[in-house]
Amino acid sequence: MSEKMKVVILGSGNIGSDLLSKVLKSSLLECRLFIGRNEESPGLQRARELGVNVSFAGIQAIINDPDICDLVFDATSATEHIKHDAILRQIGKQVIDMTPARVGKMVIPAINLEEVFREKNINMVSCGGQAAIPLAYAVAQTHPRVDYLEVVSSISSSSAGPATRSNLDEYINTTENAMRFFTGCSRAKTILILNPAAPPIEMQTTISAIVPEANLEQLGPVVDKLVNEIKRYVPGYQLLVPPLYEYNRIVMMVKVTGSGDYLPPYAGNLDIINCAAIAAAEAYAKKGNRAE
Amino acid sequence: MKHVLISDPTLRDGSHAVQHQISKLQIMAYCCAADAAGIPIVEVGHGNGLAASSLQLGFSLLSDAEMLEIARENLRASHLGVFIIPGFGTIKRDLMPAIELGIDVVRVGSHCTEADTTARHLSYAREKGKKAFGNLMMSHMADTKTLLAESRKMQSYGAEGVVLMDSAGALLPSDVKKHFEVLSQELEIPVGLHAHNNLGLAVANSIAAVEAGGTILDGTARGFGAGAGNTQLEVLVPVLAKMGYETNIDLYKVLDLSDLAEKQVMKAAPVVRSGSIVSGLAGVVSTFSNHVSRISAQYGVDPRDVLFELGKRKVVAGQEDMIIEAAMILAQSRKQLV
Repeated sequence: MSEKMKVVILGSGNIGSDLLSKVLKSSLLECRLFIGRNEESPGLQRARELGVNVSFAGIQAIINDPDICDLVFDATSATEHIKHDAILRQIGKQVIDMTPARVGKMVIPAINLEEVFREKNINMVSCGGQAAIPLAYAVAQTHPRVDYLEVVSSISSSSAGPATRSNLDEYINTTENAMRFFTGCSRAKTILILNPAAPPIEMQTTISAIVPEANLEQLGPVVDKLVNEIKRYVPGYQLLVPPLYEYNRIVMMVKVTGSGDYLPPYAGNLDIINCAAIAAAEAYAKKGNRAE
Repeated sequence: MKHVLISDPTLRDGSHAVQHQISKLQIMAYCCAADAAGIPIVEVGHGNGLAASSLQLGFSLLSDAEMLEIARENLRASHLGVFIIPGFGTIKRDLMPAIELGIDVVRVGSHCTEADTTARHLSYAREKGKKAFGNLMMSHMADTKTLLAESRKMQSYGAEGVVLMDSAGALLPSDVKKHFEVLSQELEIPVGLHAHNNLGLAVANSIAAVEAGGTILDGTARGFGAGAGNTQLEVLVPVLAKMGYETNIDLYKVLDLSDLAEKQVMKAAPVVRSGSIVSGLAGVVSTFSNHVSRISAQYGVDPRDVLFELGKRKVVAGQEDMIIEAAMILAQSRKQLV
């Protein structure tokens, strides 16, 4: 029987804490260390209570014990990640970057999961990117020309922590870049809306496209296939409005209900990017085990 | 004599009323006349501000840069203002170039409970030496205590004034009075109101705001703005004068300005139509009105039902994509009943 792959989670905020819950559920991954910076942080406290080894030494904890893991999830910040990347590259760790730093290749599991076998550092884009880009990709796959793509995501205010709130510009920039990268369409637009309604709304994303001639017959099945593919790693992903042609544009809408691992189910935005990261880590773990 | 600062978003909020098709000539003509009338601030751009030209809200005829350039050339005494909502517009891609084009005033907007998303944009505008204001949108969705807390955040980011936007035209004069008494007392910076006329209360609410300590008011020519429109500028100015407030705006020239705007800038002056009344009652942002009419017709549902449904869902500004789903669900539930 193969052993679980050893991972370390760097960053004890919402993303890091939710990743921890997902690693604990995984049959392929084992969290060797959960790293924060502040001993008193609620994320570290919780990890301790869950019986996980914790450290508040930041990246130094990995430098001190380089054999502790094969893979590192970096859920700190874009600025921190750039420093971490240089160090982790030197000691040869596989890195999954949850920040908008975009040091490594962008990965959307439903589209290019195999990159995790080629690149030492992969970037998980953004929550809106993980939700919308597969469907934008479906449009690009079924239409010879796409003139314009737009992604609008609404998330619950309660699911947007301080980092999200002060990084809306980076979110837009990262998501638009990824839209262009995955679809080849040069005109891409992203809008993010925080909605404070109580009870909190679930993450909803609308994808619109302008094409010279819409082909919904071809698009429909490709969308269904991708949605099913995403559902395999994001159980709460749901196509709310299937492709329709309205007002000279193709429109689709998806909703993401979170798994409720760390934050409640309305936080589908955190859930989807973490589910994508776990899917990438598990793929890497499976391949590693096969090679042994 | 007490002074009220008038800010005029005719060429910004009015953009919604003409599906964002305001032309170069219209901007030119309006800016010249506004400048002549002594309008202190003229706001220009897409209805939802910088970078809001989109399928979600409608594409602008002109780019942000084109609109600002033409306005800049035609405003001398009046200050040129822009609106930016973080989540739509970014500092580097949108605000920085606007500042390079010579704008004077930056209004940074957020939903009324999300002021912390404006921190970087407000402080950036201040760093660049621009006059910066914070706008709290959909202010009918929060109580006085929350509005004060959010305004204080904007104040701490460097806002030189906070403007409550009654985006759905849902406030009553008594609500306005309650908010402004507290905000004008507790904040160190001026407080203002951007009213919408869904319930016919835009002028009354603006008056209630200044009577309770407000010192900034938004008004547009003929009320040109989303849905039922905004506070009618050429009514507001003389009413304020009659009440003893100084705006430094010339009466005849503001009347000329609005006559010109009606002839040259709008297809029709805004009217309080059924949809706007329902949108005010449901607390749904005025910018939804054209989209709701179009989509309701497609799904064969009553636009009023769609608006009340959206109100129940507590949609906020910019969530126009929710209209399709709400209309679709209403159409489905109606089919099931039949």
